[in-house]
Amino acid sequence: MDPKSSLETLETTSWWMRGVLVNQKPSLLFTLVIATQLVEDSVVKLDRICREANVKLVFVRSYGLAGFVRVSVKEHTIIDSKPDHFLDDLRLNNPWPELKSFVETIDLNVSDAVAHKHIPYVVILVKMADEWTQSHSGNLPSTREEKKAFKDLVKSKMISMDEDNYKEAIEAAFKVFAPRGISSEIQQISNDTCAEPSSNSSDFWVMVAALKEFVSNEGDGEAPLEGSIPDMTSSTEHYINLQKIYLAKAESDFLVMEERVKNILKKIGRDPNSISKPTIKSFCKNARKLKVCRYRMVEDEFSNPSVTEIQKRLADEDYSGAMGFYILLRAVDRFTANYNKFPGQFDGGMDEDISRLKTTALSLLTDLGCNGSVLPDDLINEMCRFGASELHVVAAFLGGIASQEAIKLVTKQFVPMLGTYIFNGIDHKSQLLTL
Amino acid sequence: MVLMDAPQSKSRDLDKLLLRSGNLVGPGFFPGTDLRDDIREYVRVLVVGAGGLGCELLKDLALSGFRNLDVIDMDRIEVTNLNRQFLFRLEDVGKPKAEVAAKRVMERVSGVEIVPHFSRIEDKELDFYNDFNIIALGLDSIEARRYINGVACGFLEYDEDDTPRSETIKPMVDGGTEGFKGHARVIVPGVTPCFECTIWLFPPQVKFPLCTLAETPRNAAHCIEYAHLIKWHEVHGGKSFDPDEPEHMKWVYDEAIKRAELFGIPGVTYSLTQGVVKNIIPAIASTNAIISAACALETLKIVSGCSKTLANYLTYNGGEGLHTKVTEFERDKECLVCGPGILIELDTSITLQKFIDMLEEHPKLLLSKASVKHGKDSLYMQAPPVLEEMHRPNLSKPLYDLMGRVEKDTVHVFGTALKNEEKQSSLTKLRVVFKEVDGVADMDTAILRVNSKRKTPL
Repeated sequence: MDPKSSLETLETTSWWMRGVLVNQKPSLLFTLVIATQLVEDSVVKLDRICREANVKLVFVRSYGLAGFVRVSVKEHTIIDSKPDHFLDDLRLNNPWPELKSFVETIDLNVSDAVAHKHIPYVVILVKMADEWTQSHSGNLPSTREEKKAFKDLVKSKMISMDEDNYKEAIEAAFKVFAPRGISSEIQQISNDTCAEPSSNSSDFWVMVAALKEFVSNEGDGEAPLEGSIPDMTSSTEHYINLQKIYLAKAESDFLVMEERVKNILKKIGRDPNSISKPTIKSFCKNARKLKVCRYRMVEDEFSNPSVTEIQKRLADEDYSGAMGFYILLRAVDRFTANYNKFPGQFDGGMDEDISRLKTTALSLLTDLGCNGSVLPDDLINEMCRFGASELHVVAAFLGGIASQEAIKLVTKQFVPMLGTYIFNGIDHKSQLLTL
Repeated sequence: MVLMDAPQSKSRDLDKLLLRSGNLVGPGFFPGTDLRDDIREYVRVLVVGAGGLGCELLKDLALSGFRNLDVIDMDRIEVTNLNRQFLFRLEDVGKPKAEVAAKRVMERVSGVEIVPHFSRIEDKELDFYNDFNIIALGLDSIEARRYINGVACGFLEYDEDDTPRSETIKPMVDGGTEGFKGHARVIVPGVTPCFECTIWLFPPQVKFPLCTLAETPRNAAHCIEYAHLIKWHEVHGGKSFDPDEPEHMKWVYDEAIKRAELFGIPGVTYSLTQGVVKNIIPAIASTNAIISAACALETLKIVSGCSKTLANYLTYNGGEGLHTKVTEFERDKECLVCGPGILIELDTSITLQKFIDMLEEHPKLLLSKASVKHGKDSLYMQAPPVLEEMHRPNLSKPLYDLMGRVEKDTVHVFGTALKNEEKQSSLTKLRVVFKEVDGVADMDTAILRVNSKRKTPL
């Protein structure tokens, strides 16, 4: 990355950007752009262009043993977030009429020992929760003592020690104590200004508007039922019947949601069939797991970062390396602007470069409002030692991360990183920070 | 415009790390062209596995200044590999992975020599592994990792005061991935925890209870495993099930369908059948690239000292946002594999046969059918029959004599161990110490030895 070729790159990029992107609506060309090894000025320029054109952007920089990856998108909404661990939607704390009726048809005190230990824990817990609320003024267990008493109640129904279904019931009892209704995160999404549907609303926000209505009306505080149940010790017959009950409720919730979506679409002047059944179905299944990601523009981060965050990280004994590299990566670009080369790029004049880089970095810190923060000398020396080298393994690591983010952004599945990922290849104590 | 004052060389970027001194570097780092050239000329790296991680590792190492690489993999290329094992093409399906991988990297990076080994890791002599400066693992099973770990740690020798002898340390870099998750770790036997020291990190494999499969299946996977594990043996008796045999797989699928229909369970498909039977975990190229790059970076740093190294375990998770974490795990001083070895105190009269019998009873070992090796000498081998017969006379001789009448030494035993109710091949290190090393004929030296141990004079 010598200055001559990097200038060429800049010129080419800006011609290209002027000539191609700006004149020909970038959004028609690209869904996503991955920009590698751009200096700060170019990063800011490209970010403005892509933000304007609503094109997703991923920045990657690989510099010696340091680097960063940054996603820049105005808004990225996710229905299929596929979290690793998410509580199943059993509604043990809030069973609906059909589930209650089904549970009533099963007698826990069946005399046959085999049948006794093949009653699924969902049935056991719904019954026990009902028994409890009857004797506790309609309340579910809330204090520690009550929760323990509830578990003991369940345990008291066991007739032998090898009843796996009852063991599962005791382990799953916490699902009865869980708060009813939607999570605070989903609440926040529902209350977002974008949840007020208008002709500009994306499909996602139209469905969120429908969700909000559903929760306030038919849902009675709950989102549409997800519909699947986890595996549990049970007779095949009970299990399949239980599955059918959950699937039926999920289907009926979906139909209500579908109706509401259609009505909202009509209201905002769109074709009521423009959001497909499968899309609405998927939304219903994932209603509790929705995610909205919003990213600051890079120039905002650069000119107005979280000072407290920077100072805190620079002072952290263990993780100051990553933060230090972040500052230094910006400092080397400033250095280049002044001296027409990267610090340490050439073998001669190393000492001079080190001291110049230090001055540049400190002045950057001051500009950002972080007076008083220091960068370890060793790190500054190391940055000069790197001399803007591009090591294959570091590039491969960061490229791998950037490509993974790109896949998540394009497929709208899984959750992209929220923040700037700063790579520290010395001890791998990298950091993901929202700055 | 400043002119370049260094000639453009392929090594230009790497040189900045290898030729320049620094402060945040490894111990004993001597920057210079000698270091760079030594890495090219003399350093030998073994890459174990030529799959998702192995392909990436070979590429990364070849592009990081290493010129002498070996790669070992017993598998052939399959179509499902092609989404991430980028060195392979459709026309390569069926060929040995190690050979194609080596060929492709050599085509692309001039000057690098890669020797492929199309074989099982267990089929190589221990000496083979000892020839490498460092071993990079791109494996997909706990068993394989344990094996290599056992081999590498087997080279480790300790001083009198239980400090590891640096020239016997064989470092390893190990990577693993599963979907969006992965890890990279550095293992320096005797210094960092070895694989065995932290075996508790791995959660037990999920197995369905037998009664669920046999009596109360509830989902498609239960039906499939019933056909695979129970029905197969009922119908096929001794014939072992081969998941790579399409006829076998089809049979299991058909039986699973029948069972599912019987119980009214939906969802059995051929694809699910394969997934459940082969325990397929989805793999993506990006995670492999990330983890391999981290491993290759550590390999470069360990060999050259050009920077500090990962201490010692990196975890990565890219499914929900992005999370990386470094944990410094501690060695288990009692570790059977990388520790100084289980202390076994014996009388000088004990025969080799008796010793082998003792191993079966030893609570920390429970090792049956043991083969015994002392340094380079095999004292007894259970197999093959030719060698067994050759070593059989040793069984009646005293172990003390067979070991050259030294007071104590390390011995390696290899056999079948009972671990968690499962039989596994096991290679273990023992520290054999002979008690009362004074025989009748050695009275004088015995007194001298006894005196040297006493803290107060006689």
